Amino acid sequence: MASRYIANTPREQREMLGVLGAGSIDDLLVKIPPKARLSRPLALPPALDETGLVRHLRALAGENADADAYACFLGAGSYDHYVPSPIGHLVSRGEFLTAYTPYQPEASQGTLRSIYEWQTMIAELCGMDVANASLYDGASSLAEAALMAHAATERGEIVLSSGVNPLYRRVTATYGGGPGLRLRTAPIPDGVTDLAAARKLVGSKTAALVVQTPNFYGCLEDVAAAAELAHAAGALLIVVADPVNLGVLEAPGRLGADIVVGEGQGLGVPMSFGGPSLGVFAARQALVRRLPGRLVGATVDRDGARGFVLTLQTREQHIRRAKATSNICTNVALCALMGTIYLAILGRRGLARVGELSAAKAHYAAERLARVPGVALRFGAPFFKEFALRLPKSPERVAARLAKQGILAGLPLKALDRALADCLLVAVTERRTKEEIDRFADALGKAVA
Amino acid sequence: MAGYDKLIFELSSPGREAYSLPESDVPAWDPRAALPASYVRAEAPALPEVSEFDVVRHYSRLSRMNYGVDTHFYPLGSCTMKYNPRLNEDMARLPGFARLHPLAPEALSQGALALMHELGAMLGEIAGMDAVSLQPAAGAQGELTGVLLIRAYHAARGEKRTKVLVPDSAHGTNPASTALAGYEVAEVKSLPNGEVDLDALARHLDTDVAAFMITVPNTLGMFEPRIVEITELCHAKGVQVYMDGANLNAILGIARPGDLGFDVCHFNLHKTFTTPHGGGGPGAGPVGVRAHLEPFLPVPVVTKAGDRYALDWKRPRSIGKLQAFWGNFGMLVRAYAYIRTMGADGLRSVAENAILNANYVMKRLERDYDVAVPGPCMHECVLSARRQKKLGVTATDIAKRLLDLGFYAPSTYFPLIVEEALMIEPTETEAKETLDAFCDAMIRIAREAESSPALIHDAPVTTPVGRLDQTRAAREPDLRWTRRP
Repeated sequence: MASRYIANTPREQREMLGVLGAGSIDDLLVKIPPKARLSRPLALPPALDETGLVRHLRALAGENADADAYACFLGAGSYDHYVPSPIGHLVSRGEFLTAYTPYQPEASQGTLRSIYEWQTMIAELCGMDVANASLYDGASSLAEAALMAHAATERGEIVLSSGVNPLYRRVTATYGGGPGLRLRTAPIPDGVTDLAAARKLVGSKTAALVVQTPNFYGCLEDVAAAAELAHAAGALLIVVADPVNLGVLEAPGRLGADIVVGEGQGLGVPMSFGGPSLGVFAARQALVRRLPGRLVGATVDRDGARGFVLTLQTREQHIRRAKATSNICTNVALCALMGTIYLAILGRRGLARVGELSAAKAHYAAERLARVPGVALRFGAPFFKEFALRLPKSPERVAARLAKQGILAGLPLKALDRALADCLLVAVTERRTKEEIDRFADALGKAVA
Repeated sequence: MAGYDKLIFELSSPGREAYSLPESDVPAWDPRAALPASYVRAEAPALPEVSEFDVVRHYSRLSRMNYGVDTHFYPLGSCTMKYNPRLNEDMARLPGFARLHPLAPEALSQGALALMHELGAMLGEIAGMDAVSLQPAAGAQGELTGVLLIRAYHAARGEKRTKVLVPDSAHGTNPASTALAGYEVAEVKSLPNGEVDLDALARHLDTDVAAFMITVPNTLGMFEPRIVEITELCHAKGVQVYMDGANLNAILGIARPGDLGFDVCHFNLHKTFTTPHGGGGPGAGPVGVRAHLEPFLPVPVVTKAGDRYALDWKRPRSIGKLQAFWGNFGMLVRAYAYIRTMGADGLRSVAENAILNANYVMKRLERDYDVAVPGPCMHECVLSARRQKKLGVTATDIAKRLLDLGFYAPSTYFPLIVEEALMIEPTETEAKETLDAFCDAMIRIAREAESSPALIHDAPVTTPVGRLDQTRAAREPDLRWTRRP
């Protein structure tokens, strides 16, 4: 059977078998007992040639609402931000794309240098001392942060604001099940965490308080007050933040966060139906030896030349096994490279510009949409690039109707929070235009009339 | 190439720009006026200021400091460093996949859901499993998922089991994932040939044991000949059996974990199913289970009713979620494209040629290196450099010398039960002449160990940097760049 992905020809196979003194490949399978073998071919669809495969996958892709064909106002953890062209070209270079984890540093300096740059940029944006090489996504980053806080404080409870992405909270519950962490939830009566209520929940058993800013509903939290509250009880403060916003918004570390986690997808990573994503993880120096995942450090070679290596590896599973700080091995290095190149391109002023444009357009959209009769902003608290709208008609039906007009209007919140069953969560990035926002408002007006 | 020693920060020149953003077409919104002062950054973050060409040249130069599968043979055992088809990259980048929001209405993501549903079914057929979750982001998260499924299963039966057994030859993620799931890890000693010691296993199996977790073929590259007896022995004691699927490439179309008696297995799409390793990820670690574990799978599950696909969240016995969305979808597209390209015969041929290539390498090297276990092996072989070590040349030294001779290194010092281990996995995508060139290099190094060990100790000398001071990196951690005065 010939395949373009297998090199050996039948003649070469015979030559190699000859060297082995074997008559056939079956002779090499002698250690597999007959009863362990599959006695029929796998029942898989027939193989496709390249043209047939492209035709098939284009047809599948064509059934989906891509953000070029639709005006995308969906957010809730995945955002349609600008992806500069060089990113795709550079990460497609085979030396990056097809390299393994840099365990042989002399032959992996490209990857190692780029990760060191990533750590530097993320630590800077988060206002933290150290950042790791990446975790899977924002949700698993939060889960790992909760486990780290538990290990660092030897306390068993995590208090999470209800403003933390509900999907992140579910992942934290899954991971927390292992050591039996108790998760408690602080309410958000008007879009932001009720700190008085949180104060009652945070105590001597609390390992960490978790707030997200802007939170899942788009509202900005008072991180400094949350930090004071957590620290007064001897607990850590974990802040969930979208690094795209941190060109404008204050670094959580400067407001007292001990650990900053988040989803870095907005940093040049395709939405790709939710994955692969880019888990961001940064912390204070005191926690460095408890960090999950890989860390790259600078050092020197035998001639004193600067070089980079994976370091503090005694935290990791391949050395510490059952006592490792995390089980993570493969992370999302190539997505972190996308993020690094993105931050290099946007740079000192561009990232701030993305934040300013997104926020300006979000505020224009909020004002425009809330002018539709019967429609109102759900919360009064200050927001950034995302907000919840209360609709006079079923958000599911409105979203379905607007989708037919080429507008992905936002996320109906009923499935995630029954109390917000009449709400739609709307995100606006710098890629949305005034024309799209106006069209959205007009279509919404007709849909709820 | 030699001599490039810049970081992006060191190229920065105030005022340079590499981005292109639109002028605002809406009224200005000033965060400083609208928000409390403490919410807003007082100073722009210290990110580089460079031109677009600065960026392109810098990262192009960095890329050339790497060895990738595209440029170098990568005999890295246990990692299945095969060719990553470019067609699959194109497919994952189709706008209908790459530009699809995860929360797009179901009616507008039918193609993506259909692909996931079909991929789950194909992986289930390949592994002989009844149901598959595509959500885990990598092998280690797949392991965590699998162990949590087992935990939920025992809990549902009212059983409190506290231990998971892992062989001493296991990948490090096995004990780490098991501990993360809240279990005590007990190590089972392997026989000298790397096989499971059934007597030792039987002694460990009691009502406290929740699961036995093993890799097939094992980490010495050998098929476990008594695997069916092992799974039967475990089941007789109410113990679930987990297969680490890192080595699945060896048994595609030849044997199936489900048929061997496994209850759970994970797939590394970035190993067996050609999604690129990317310098350490992203990967994808789907999990396959037998029917009794299906109720516990992570939410949501992709379902099909008639010709409509949906995400099913109503799974009351589910272990919950592992990542925010549905899985590393971009990797799923690539793996789907690969399986549809290969078909059943193609996948069987993958395993057969991977096995042939590994045996060929082992045969050519058996005179110059000690073989950990006599063959035939499966898709990888483990050598020991214990003979070379007596001459003062270690597995690390051999690995570094290989870099100079134009090859990436085998996995070294793994599995832990083999002294000075060199674990070699050539994969089916490499041609005989590449294997011959690699074997020639290995034989040359064995000769050099006898005649000129200093040459090996100095290696590598052709790479952008020489051997690096790991001790200094760990003692004085320098984990971020700062401007030197």
